[in-house]
Parts: sequence; structure tokens; C-alpha cells
Amino acid sequence: MHITADRGRCVGAAQCVLVAPAVFDQDEEGLVAPVTVDPAGADRPAVRQAVHLCPSSAIRIDEE
Amino acid sequence: MTEAFDHDIPSFPMARECPMHPPAEYRKLRGQEPVSRVRMPDGQVAWLVLKHDLARKLLADPRVSADRLHPAFPGRLTAEQRAATERVRRLTTRRSMIHLDGDEHGAHRRILTGEFSLRRIAALRPRVQEIVDRSIDEMLAAPQPADLVEHVSQAVPSLVICELLGVPHEQRRDFHEWAGMLVSRSVSIRERAAASDALNDFLEDLVTEKERGEPTDDLIGRLIARNRQTPVMTHDEIVGTAVMLLVAGHQTTANMISLGVVALLENPEHKARIAADPSLLPPAIEEMLRYFSVVENAPARIATEDIAIGGVTIRKNEGIVVSGLAADWDDEVFEHPDRLDFERGARHHVAFGYGVHQCLGQNLARVELEIVFETLLRRVPGLSLAVPAEELPYKDDAGIYGIYRVPVNC
Repeated sequence: MHITADRGRCVGAAQCVLVAPAVFDQDEEGLVAPVTVDPAGADRPAVRQAVHLCPSSAIRIDEE
Repeated sequence: MTEAFDHDIPSFPMARECPMHPPAEYRKLRGQEPVSRVRMPDGQVAWLVLKHDLARKLLADPRVSADRLHPAFPGRLTAEQRAATERVRRLTTRRSMIHLDGDEHGAHRRILTGEFSLRRIAALRPRVQEIVDRSIDEMLAAPQPADLVEHVSQAVPSLVICELLGVPHEQRRDFHEWAGMLVSRSVSIRERAAASDALNDFLEDLVTEKERGEPTDDLIGRLIARNRQTPVMTHDEIVGTAVMLLVAGHQTTANMISLGVVALLENPEHKARIAADPSLLPPAIEEMLRYFSVVENAPARIATEDIAIGGVTIRKNEGIVVSGLAADWDDEVFEHPDRLDFERGARHHVAFGYGVHQCLGQNLARVELEIVFETLLRRVPGLSLAVPAEELPYKDDAGIYGIYRVPVNC
């Protein structure tokens, strides 16, 4: 799986960090800062949930 | 909009049959027309969105505006009520990010997002715990039955906001009193107007002082400092932001505390499980947020273009009310929505809205709720309602659903 997180679209709701803390973090400004863009197998369901929850469509799965 | 069948248009808000459930009419309408025309209290016709997927879609649609001053923006007051409460509205409609769209909204939100990061909120936990402990001390010391709303539900969010904004300790009692009067049922419109003027002057002075002096280490102080480096907000908008933080963070959290405590007390088995294992609390809180979705019609919008959705076309300049409560009781998304199921995994609720305006303070609210519930279960295990839950005074007449008083024995 490969993901893209778009800081420009992020509104700092932190849903992604709440459900997939191994993959997503926030920077000083509270905006999305991925820990990895190639999440491990075990984290993939949580990444899919994060994509669904993100209110501003700031995360995208490029490759499953 | 054509109004040939005026008499067929149901009025909004709709009445509840059970204080813990949404109006039954929602379920009926959702099955027939998930985007329905409704008549607002001021006589204007707006669209009511009742399905979860359509609610998310509309709130994320760039063709809707959050401009609360647009003449067709759906409001819950009659023209008369609006005139009578004009001074209160002058305070509560001060310009801030919740009114803005597009890039301007983005800039106003982004200058604040760092203040609500999970790290920043986690750092507030010890202070929130102190505030909660002190509020519970006061409830325990009060004559029994004590009012949970007065001692805990109202006090905790008010003091947390004071902490955030950097309100000096000696002024917190005044602040709390004025904030309470804005929504009190027992004060006259004149008193309420006076309280809103006092609050307005107070926040105006608070911001002015922080702008003049050395930067202070609180949200408003840091906002002023960042705004000096990269100007985004005017002085008026900084004051508007302080007002918005109060309006958005006070009654919402207060009412969720009251409703959540009643929900726990009415479900003793779940309550016992959570008391024994507080790690069950965060998912339970998501379910409470879904079940009560207290901010029922604040997510209102204006269409800036024609939007085809749910079998209808919303025309440009028409008002839209996205009912989070109706969406969160959509049985295609939440099976048996009338069951308060603390383990269902309800995180995809829209109680905090959706789209770029989704509540910025949501993770602070989660922490406040968690600390209040955990501390009450631990410190006051014998907490019980002094009157049956169905006899409590529910806020059928308020913009944010909740309970006016919750008498409890500690």
C-alpha cells in the first residue's frame, strides 16, 4: 500500500492519528504528517478507516 | 423554489416523542425523501438532509457556503424572536472561521489548528483533571440532591475555555455567570442581552490587553503572535474567534456531559463494565456522541450553485439544514440506531459535522468527556438520579439539545 497525505487539504481534525497512530502524526501546526507512506500490512485496515473518516479528503490510497 | 404545495411542507424543528430519541418524523421522511423541504420558524423554506451518506456529501461539497449572514441561511428563530434577541446575536454572530468559505476559511482555520493538535490537548489533561476534581468537590459539598448541570456540566467546559483563552482567575466567576445567562431559561431577554454585552466587552478588553502587552502563553496570546508574523485576522476577527471558541465549546460539551451521565446511570451493566475498565470509555463516548448528536441544526449551509442530490435539485441561494442527529440515526449505517450500544464502533458519526468545518475542538471535547465520566465513576460510585430520567427537563426549545437540570444524589 502507498498513500499520499495532502497537507494543503488537511483541516487538523486528527481522525487519522486517532485511528492509525502508527501511520499518521501531526506537525507543529496540527496538520497531517505521515510517519510512513508505505504502511505495513497490519496497519492497512486502519488506514482505510482513516481515509473514510478524514473530513477533508486529505489522505489518498494510491496503491492497495 | 416553487411553493405550490405549501401546506405539505412540514415545520422544522420537529417535536420529539421520547426525550432520548430524535423526532419519529425523521425516520419516515428519510425513507421517502432523504432530502426534504421544511419550513423554518421564520417562514422560509429550506432543505433538510436526513441520510448519513448525503449529509457527508453535502458538508464536503465546495458548492455550499457557511455564510450565516446570508438572508436565506436557515435559523431556528422566528422573525420576532430574532428581533428580540438582536443584542445576543450581535455577540454570537461575530465574524470567525465558522462563517467563512474556501481559502479564507482555510487561512483562519490553519492559524488555529496547532492549538488543537492531539499533543497540545494531551498536555491540557492535568489541568482538565484538576478542574473536574474541583467541580466534583463542589457537587459533593452541596446540599443533596445537587444539580449535576450547575456543578459539573456547566462548570467544567466554562473553566476549560477560561484556561484556553487565558482568562485571569479573578475574572472566571463573572465569565462563567455571563456565559450561563446566554442560555438560561430563567433570565429575562433584557438580562440575557446585558450578559452578552458584558461578555462582548470582556472579550474585547481581553484581546486588546493581550495585543498591547507582552505575548501571553495561552491560545489568544499565541494567536496574536502568529497573526503578527503572518497577518490573517483583524482585531475584530480575533475577538470573534474568542467568542466562537466559547459558543462552540461551552453548551455543546456541557449538554453532552449531562446526557452522557444520564445514559451511564440508566445502563448500570455498561456503567459497571466501564468503571472496572476505563479503556472501554473512549468507544462508549463515540456512541454517546452519535446517539445524542446534540448540535442538531447548526450545520446549516447555503447552496452557491444548483446541486443535484438525493433525487432533488437544491437551487442556488437555497438554505440547507444537515441534521447530524438524523444522519446518525440512519439505520443503513448504524443498525438499530435506537440501541445505545457502547461497543458498536460509532466513530464515523457526524456529531462533530463533516467537511472542512468539522469541529476543531472535537478532541478537547473527547478529553473533557472522558475525564468527567472516568472521575465521576471512580470518585462517586453511588451517583444516582434524584428523579426518573424521563421526568428531567430536556431542552426541547434550544439550538443545542441537552438537559436544564439533573438533580443527583452523590
